[in-house]
Order: sequence, then structure tokens, then C-alpha cells
Amino acid sequence: MNAPASQGIGLQVRDLCKSYDGHAVLKHLTFEVPAGEIFVLMGPSGSGKTVLLKHLIGLESPDTGDILVAGQPVSDPGVMTRYRVAMVFQSGALLNSLTVGENVGLYLSEHRLKPPAEIARVVAEKLELLGLKGTADKIPAELSGGMKKRVAIARALVVEPQLIFYDEPTSELDPLIAVTIGREILNLNRRLQVTSIVVTHDRDLAFGIADRVALLHEGEILALGTPDEVQADPNPLVQRFLKADFRFTPEPALP
Amino acid sequence: MFQDIGEILLLLGRTLRALPHTLRQQRKVCDQLFEIGNASLLMACVLALFIGGVLALQTGPTLAERGLQSFIGQLVGLAVCRELAPVMMAVLIAGRIGSAMAAEIGSMRVYQEIDALRTMNINPVHYLVLPRLIAISIGLPVLVLFAILVGWMGGAVVSFFNQAIAVSFEGYFNSLRQGLEPLDVVNGLLKSFVFAVVIGVVSCHQGLSTIGGPRGIGRSVTKAVVNSIVLILLLDYFLTRILMHLHT
Repeated sequence: MNAPASQGIGLQVRDLCKSYDGHAVLKHLTFEVPAGEIFVLMGPSGSGKTVLLKHLIGLESPDTGDILVAGQPVSDPGVMTRYRVAMVFQSGALLNSLTVGENVGLYLSEHRLKPPAEIARVVAEKLELLGLKGTADKIPAELSGGMKKRVAIARALVVEPQLIFYDEPTSELDPLIAVTIGREILNLNRRLQVTSIVVTHDRDLAFGIADRVALLHEGEILALGTPDEVQADPNPLVQRFLKADFRFTPEPALP
Repeated sequence: MFQDIGEILLLLGRTLRALPHTLRQQRKVCDQLFEIGNASLLMACVLALFIGGVLALQTGPTLAERGLQSFIGQLVGLAVCRELAPVMMAVLIAGRIGSAMAAEIGSMRVYQEIDALRTMNINPVHYLVLPRLIAISIGLPVLVLFAILVGWMGGAVVSFFNQAIAVSFEGYFNSLRQGLEPLDVVNGLLKSFVFAVVIGVVSCHQGLSTIGGPRGIGRSVTKAVVNSIVLILLLDYFLTRILMHLHT
């Protein structure tokens, strides 16, 4: 195993706004993620989590406001070359025309950062780390949803990221694999001090791994703090999201 | 429409600026070239054989009635190499390869694979558009060259076996040699190169601007093929005018 190579970098969001067709999706968001922290963005579907994530990684441009990675605007093309930033997409977003091994080693091979033999070694190492030994020659279509997600994490790790974004890392996974992935996020953060921003509506994952949690609702931050602080937040919307469950509540009997 | 044209020209400009990166993408260029040749060579040859044949069949008897059947090689030869081979092969390639390009890139866009490339600091123009554009720009003129030769053969076969025309192979190819200059073939290849660039850039643009799910991919494929064919036919007229002007 390689020695830890990453030193996390921080991220700042200042007064971020975004509208689509006149409908405000992100409303004056301001928060900061210090280097090395696991920051979890939670919220119900349609609350703007994924849109926010796309802004944080520079795939979308805000209407107003700033996003700074290590103090520099994410829109600056040099940021992505100066700092190592990676993202794990909800679907995995593996390139279907490539094998698993080629997907994992894509960053290294495209940027010619290592010779082919060394890339093969790094790929094998990352796949083994995520319990995917022997899958390098398979194509993504042959893998289960959980395996695809782990390949996507392996691909992100090859970058040796200083900042990593996870979009719904445990969606569509069974609880055992979800726990494995949660532990992996935690391990990476503790071992390499990678700053991790996780978007999820999985409460167990959020409160299990987060240093801090932000709860997004209709494009605004409802609550922000440590897991304990957010859980103790008296805002009824926060409590409704945190305490929603499947238990059947019988309607009052008719007189 | 004007926005589409602007975006297509911008994409072409960005791809041309990426040309120095071609060597790094040589494996993908070879893969795409194989795809174009493997998918289309047989069909191109069959199509060209019948185009040459039907042209001889339609014009031969009329020429023969006026005692002009000795010009059949010249007529078929010029029509095939200047017009029919470049245009018909371009339409074929727009349908087979352009649609595949739009579908593949469109699906990569819909399923966030292009976003994934961008987060790895891999430029989608370098990675996806450049190899496809280079491959089609080489592949289509080569296919057209095959089509010209096979089209001439088709005309020769029909001229020989059709009793209403009855021109020997020797007579057909003598006429073809007398009426044709190497520049005519070069003109056909030049046209096919322009058509290839149009198909490549239009199809890649449609793929990259795909939105929505599978329906969006279907829409992009249709638009890529239709827009390519319309542009091919429009450009064909103007290119013909320019080349005729240069020729005289």
C-alpha cells in the first residue's frame, strides 16, 4: 500500500444563487468546508443537492455568488489542474466502452502520468482495496450496482484526491454494501485527510460518517452543524425529515 | 437554428485547435477507422455497383438510339466520381456512422459519462470528438475511392450485358479514360472530405447537446442524420459551383 499522499483542501461557498427558467433552485447559500472534513449535504428529493454538487465541482455556473476551492474560484480553469479533485457519481458514470481496469486507470493513462505497467499496478491495488479483485477485465455492464459504485470510488481514488465529492454513494445498494461504502469514505478521510463532501438522503450514512451536516430544503440551508446539533434542531421541518419513518399510524376510530 | 450553426462552428474550431493532440488519440482514431470501414465497406461497394449500373441502364439506351453509346463510359465515369459516389456515400455514412456517433456521445452525456470525463480534467473534445472527426475525414474519402472504382465497374457490366447498349469493356474504359481527368477524381474526394467533416461535427454536436433520457438520444440521432444530409446536399451545390469555376 502506498503511503498517504493527500492533504485535503478546503472549500467555501458564498451567497450562491441559481435559477432555472425563473425558478430559484439555490437561494443565497453560504457555508465553508474546512480541509480534511467530511461534510454531508442532506435533504429531500428536489431540494437542490445535486444541483449544488454540480456547482461545487464546476460542471454548472452560478447566477451569482462564489465557490472557492483552496481560496481560488472553481471557475478558474487552473484549479482543476493545480488541485486533485474527484467525484463519485450517483450512477457511477463508468465509461461503458472501456473495461473496469481501463475506467479506473483512465485519469493516469489520459494524462500520461505513469507508464502502462505502473498504471496496471495502481489499478489492481485500488480494485483490491475496494474488494474488486479480478474484475479489471470485465465491462461495466457485467457488474452489479454496488460493484459499479465501488469501481467509481476506485476511479476517484486513482486521482489521489485532495477533495472528493460523492453523489448519493449508497443509493440502490443493500444495507451491507452501503455500510462498506460508508466505512470506505470514512477510512479514506482518516487515512489521507481527503476533504469529503457527501450528498445523500441516507440518514444512517450521514450521521454515521459526518463531521458536519447541512440540511437543504427548497434551495436553502435549514440546519448546519455537527450531527448532534442538527439532530437537536427544533425546526419542525428538520425534525420531520429526520424522523420520517414507515410505521403505520392508524387513523382515529370513528365515533 | 442559428444557435445550432454557431455551436457547430465553435465545436469545429475547438476540434481544429485540438489537432496537435491527435497523436495521443491515435488508438481511438484507429478504432473509429476500423468501425467506419468494417461497418460500411461492403454496403458502400454494393451501393456503388448498383449506382453505376442503373446510371448506365437509364442513359445507355438513349445514347445508343442516337449512336452515342461510345460515350457511355465517359458519362458514367464523370457522374460517379464527381457527384454520385461522394454524395451517396456521404448519405450512407451519415445514416450509419453519424447516427452511431450521435447515439454513443448522446448516451454518454445522458448517463453523466461526459461529466465524469470533465471531473477527471479530460477534455471531451479531445477524447471524443477529435478521434471521430479525424477517422471519418480519412475513412469517407477512402470509401468514396472504392465506390468510384466499383461504380465504374457496375456501369461497365451493364453496358456490356445490356443488349440495348452493347458496349465492350474495352470501349467503355477507353471512353472513360478519354473523358476523365485525375482532377475529376480529386474533386470527388475533396467533396467527400468536406462532407465527412460536416457529418462528424454535426453528429458530435448533436450528441454533446443531448438532454433528457432515451427519447433525447433518439431525437439527437434523428437530428444528426437529417441535418447532416440537408447540409451535404446544400454544400454539394456550392462546392460543385466552386470546383467548376476552379476547373475552367
